[in-house]
Amino acid sequence: MTSTLLALIRRDFRLAVRSGGGFGLPLVFFLSVVAVIPFAVGPDLVLLGRIGAAVLWIGALLSTLIGLDRLFGADAEDGSLDLLFSAPAPLPVLVLAKALSHWVVTGLPLAAIAPLLGLMLNLPPHALAATAFTLLIGTPALTLLGMIGAALTVGLRRGGLLLPVLVLPMTVPVLIFGVSTTNALIAGDPAASSLSLLLAVTLAAFVLAPLAAAGALRSARS
Amino acid sequence: MAVRLTAESLRIERNERVVLNAVSFNLQAGEALVLIGPNGAGKSTLLRALAGLLPVASGTVQIESGDPETPRAEHVHLIGHADGVKTALSATENAVFWAEFLGGDPSAVPEALKAVGLGHAADLPAASLSAGQKRRLGLTRLIVARRGIWLLDEPATALDTDGLSRLGTLVETHRETGGIVIAATHSDLGWPNLKRMVLGSAV
Repeated sequence: MTSTLLALIRRDFRLAVRSGGGFGLPLVFFLSVVAVIPFAVGPDLVLLGRIGAAVLWIGALLSTLIGLDRLFGADAEDGSLDLLFSAPAPLPVLVLAKALSHWVVTGLPLAAIAPLLGLMLNLPPHALAATAFTLLIGTPALTLLGMIGAALTVGLRRGGLLLPVLVLPMTVPVLIFGVSTTNALIAGDPAASSLSLLLAVTLAAFVLAPLAAAGALRSARS
Repeated sequence: MAVRLTAESLRIERNERVVLNAVSFNLQAGEALVLIGPNGAGKSTLLRALAGLLPVASGTVQIESGDPETPRAEHVHLIGHADGVKTALSATENAVFWAEFLGGDPSAVPEALKAVGLGHAADLPAASLSAGQKRRLGLTRLIVARRGIWLLDEPATALDTDGLSRLGTLVETHRETGGIVIAATHSDLGWPNLKRMVLGSAV
């Protein structure tokens, strides 16, 4: 089972970083969203500093939606989705492996680049660290919840249109707890309660999202 | 590797329409079955159901092999209309992935590529392969991961005469080692000692 999972993760990495893969697109989108905010808000550095963490979180949330339809869509098109069902490993574990490799090439870079983009929003150094920290915890949940939507829309043509509508409501709690944790950390307020809730959402997504996505894939197949 | 496959009064529905009804057959180790029938008769549906990819409304599929613990899907190779080839990867990378992913032997990959006549194209990106070459690449799955039952859906599609005879050799070897082959086809595959089953148009 281990070699099965490693093979799947390795292949998805390779596909993502090769030309035409999903790597880079969410990053560019993230950069674009954050870069235009100061132009729209105006040169009010105090205001930018206050909304900066929220802007980074919104940007990261929207960026994770990009490329999500390819998570299963590409496999469905070339027939390799059928192989998932005949591998010597349980389907929920396989889709979890797919989500993890997807997160490493899309979600993790978002958290890594967030401090750099935060500079454009006049965030102080400790706020940059706080935002990167909460994004690191929150983006896996975003990818995992997004995977449910990707699995539900895999059989549909133009499923990419439906996907954000399905996924966004599920990700709202992640956004709320992510931003409130970040703001509490920045202000020096007690952050333990909102941080625990953010962690809880991520852990729940780890357990439930693979089961839900596997169920959706099974029902889509007939 | 010796397996036995028994299907008993299978009934398969798609979108609440009965596609196949009362399909029964029994294959011993080394036997091959060819499914014949007009377009829409349910040949692909039957293969997908046998592979466990489609639910069966009633009836049973039983596979007897040495290991009763292995689930049905892991006894079966389904070569469908889509080859499952990733065009961004090279031919070798595709085959190595199948070997590792399906629990096979990655060291068999160079031999397998030669067996399907792709030895010279091993390092080419699959995007540059022709339809027939992609088909051949898809067939390496059969070799790099050994499984008892091969379900081949229109295996002759896009293959030239050389490809067909190589496929014939693969099937022959598989049957000699106790494997079972079920193929849906419209053309004459030229394999010896075939059982035939005619599926009618949709009931």
